[in-house]
Amino acid sequence: MAHAEVHAAQHSVHTEQQQHPIKLYLLVWGLLFVLSAFSYLVDYFGLQGYLRWSLILIFMMLKAGLIVAVFMHMAWERLALIYAIILPPLLVLVFVALMVSESNYILFTRQLFFAGGE
Amino acid sequence: MSAPIKNPAAETLPRPPGLAGLAADWASDQRTFKNVSWGKAMMWIFLLSDTFVFGCFLLAYMAARMATTVPWPNPSEVFALEIGGTHLPLILIAIMTFVLISSSGTMAMAVNYGYRRDRRKTAALMLLTALFGATFVGMQAFEWSKLIAEGVRPWGNPWGAAQFGSSFFMITGFHGTHVTFGVIFLLIVARKVWRGDFDTERRGFFTSRKGRYEIVEITGLYWHFVDLVWVFIFAFFYLW
Repeated sequence: MAHAEVHAAQHSVHTEQQQHPIKLYLLVWGLLFVLSAFSYLVDYFGLQGYLRWSLILIFMMLKAGLIVAVFMHMAWERLALIYAIILPPLLVLVFVALMVSESNYILFTRQLFFAGGE
Repeated sequence: MSAPIKNPAAETLPRPPGLAGLAADWASDQRTFKNVSWGKAMMWIFLLSDTFVFGCFLLAYMAARMATTVPWPNPSEVFALEIGGTHLPLILIAIMTFVLISSSGTMAMAVNYGYRRDRRKTAALMLLTALFGATFVGMQAFEWSKLIAEGVRPWGNPWGAAQFGSSFFMITGFHGTHVTFGVIFLLIVARKVWRGDFDTERRGFFTSRKGRYEIVEITGLYWHFVDLVWVFIFAFFYLW
């Protein structure tokens, strides 16, 4: 009995919480289309160097943010859940830093010992 | 406390806002994710673990690409197609991106109609999502066949660094597998929605528990995640 009430209470919380106008989803859908088109155009026009990389990263982060915040409803979740899910992946950046340094070293040794003969 | 305590695990005291509230939620002897059901919290935690899997794949790809002395094949050229006599770089990948984004849009709307208990629209939108997903996998199969015909193998390819093939097959293969499982997951849930399982409180075949429309949102979380991963693959593998 008490268990059923708990479920009913939870249910009402969710129906209240994640009910957003369809218009919002259509807007985000449109934005994602535009951002994807922009990132495709970066390649189409053959932009190179730091301009290319920064544009790709900006469009990527904007798209990822829109998907997580609106489509996955993260913007309306509790802070406890947001931090539990968003913070750990940031640690991957530490791994990236480690691997960048390691890859540079591997490239250096390869050039030193192998590439000279090719 | 004047308000009746309905759920011992849910919030009974007012929480401080911001970081103090976050610390209070994470304090001991209580349920951390107050108003988030276990189904949803566990899907999020699964997705977090999946983030690390894909993160490591992309990292391995980055390390391989940075460490090779041979030039990396230009993805813009490798994935170009001739359509009607015009040479279009990356066109198939762009179409695949739009298909997957559209599937995310229909999925978000399906979740919305699910909470409104409109089972027909929910099921129809979920089926449309599954159709977009299947289209995506089909286009990926075309892309794989084309590259394999051109001589791309995990151990080499005609254009440059040998690691290109292994990175490509590993990353897109794993992502395609996720999409495929997502389509199956969508079809299973769409069938339940269509049959009205969540209105009649029919018990599940496997768990004997009554389902709720929340499962549509949980399925949606998985589906949006698949789209999210594609955003990163598109940026790092195809555009970089």
